[in-house]
Amino acid sequence: MTTPLLTISGIRAVYNHSVVALSDVSVTIGRGSIVALLGANGAGKTTTLHATANLLPAERGRIAAGKITFDGQDVLATSPGTLVRSGLVSVLEGRHCFKSLSVEENLITGAAGRGSRRREASADLERVYDLFPRLKAKRRISSGLTSGGEQQMTAIGRALMARPRLLVLDEPSMGLAPLVIEEIFKTLSRLNKEDGLTIFLAEQNAAIALRFAHRATVIENGHSVLEDTAAALRARPDIKSFYLGKADLHAAAEARNPTPSPVPA
Amino acid sequence: MTGFDFTFFLEVLVGGLLSGVMYSLVAIGFVLIYKTSGVLNFAQGAMLLFAALTFVSLVERGVPFALALAITFLVMVLLGITIERTVLRPLVNKPPITLFMATLGLSYIIEGAAQLIWGTQVHGLDLGIDDTPLEISGILISKFDLFAAAVAATMVAVLTVLFRWTRVGLAFRAVADDQFAALAVGLRLPRIWATVWTAAGLIALVAGLLWGARLGVQFSLSLVVLKALPVLVLGGFDSILGAIVGGLLIGASEKLAEVYLGDVFGGGIESWFAYAIALAFLLIRPAGLFGQKLVERA
Repeated sequence: MTTPLLTISGIRAVYNHSVVALSDVSVTIGRGSIVALLGANGAGKTTTLHATANLLPAERGRIAAGKITFDGQDVLATSPGTLVRSGLVSVLEGRHCFKSLSVEENLITGAAGRGSRRREASADLERVYDLFPRLKAKRRISSGLTSGGEQQMTAIGRALMARPRLLVLDEPSMGLAPLVIEEIFKTLSRLNKEDGLTIFLAEQNAAIALRFAHRATVIENGHSVLEDTAAALRARPDIKSFYLGKADLHAAAEARNPTPSPVPA
Repeated sequence: MTGFDFTFFLEVLVGGLLSGVMYSLVAIGFVLIYKTSGVLNFAQGAMLLFAALTFVSLVERGVPFALALAITFLVMVLLGITIERTVLRPLVNKPPITLFMATLGLSYIIEGAAQLIWGTQVHGLDLGIDDTPLEISGILISKFDLFAAAVAATMVAVLTVLFRWTRVGLAFRAVADDQFAALAVGLRLPRIWATVWTAAGLIALVAGLLWGARLGVQFSLSLVVLKALPVLVLGGFDSILGAIVGGLLIGASEKLAEVYLGDVFGGGIESWFAYAIALAFLLIRPAGLFGQKLVERA
């Protein structure tokens, strides 16, 4: 068996030397897999992802215990920029597009972060436009004026411009319409299949995450409490009721009006 | 009252606009640093003084003009990088007021250091351009003002090209927009800050020489920053274009006010008129003419 691409082992994260955000989180991400991180609001999903990209110091946070290894590299001793250049690239929660820059300029910052040559950058740009044709039409518009879905695509495209081996996404579905969410997840799945891109994503929308991910880790109050294949997690009644939120509702609806489930289980 | 002397009006206007360009130059130094690191760099004036003083002292010691310019530029680059390394980097993520206080302290340290190294006497600075008036289609224009405006315009053009069409410029604008995202994308923030401080040092050098030649190189030169504040209020703290237009407006309006309204207030209004405009602007349009209004769809 090959070594995992990313290993998070028993990390404890503290903000401002006082607020404990994570107590004991462990996640393993195999090469070429899609791994979802599930949990309620405030469970510690974002902190875990920021720790993965070593972004906590920029938020006055730090890892007090535990270890994160990306492809043999000690993440906590490597700057975020160096991690990007070795292939660990994040898409932040809430998109964080550069609002006054055009869509295309946003994408090019990804190439600038990696330090791509111009020729590489223009090839990558074509690839991103191929994945998200909508962005090509809006390339000259400032990204602050594009829709939420387009901003999410811009943020993902910007990360792809850095030629990631591990793409870390925080709530890609946040605030988006179901059709757009579907489109984005299909594209991520395509990148995973075609390019072998490894994906680590945090989601509150467990239904969609468990449909596309291979494996998932559930965290509660800063502890990772459960880890299994997506299929196994989907079948568990506790996951259904806590995270898919449809166990009882669904049963009730079924009793009243027997129709096929909108979300395939 | 006699008839309105249009030629005289134009002369005052053009003179005002040209001196406004010099305000713009100082203001741009502020804008660069404010945009990328959210710091109002109060030490900009001290840097300006330091540059002018270093240059004058070198020239007085017999260093040729071009060489002195090169050495001073090098010193300013080193100063900028040192400030970024030792003062700003350890304070990253601290509240803006902390950073502002740090630059305030810094300005005293730089002024003190300049005094320690070069002494306290007033130096004359001759750039070799005589301040004789030039007649252009009936209007008298100071040759020096024209030269200063040309230099400032060149600086602005170079900066615009740099920020609009190069990757460094793109990175600069990205950091100005969203620092955390820039970090996540892998942009090298320390390198961008160092570049910006270098640019600010260069601007301080140019502005220092121009102002120094105008006012003499002395410690009140660092107070030129105070004139940049109304320019920034007018133009917006985060807009280079705003700094340019703001400088022109302040320059022109204070000269015109002095000439045409001066008598009403008993003269000497040039020294405070800019601040009165700034105050009015704060009440009407706090973001300034070109200040960033958040461009975002709801």
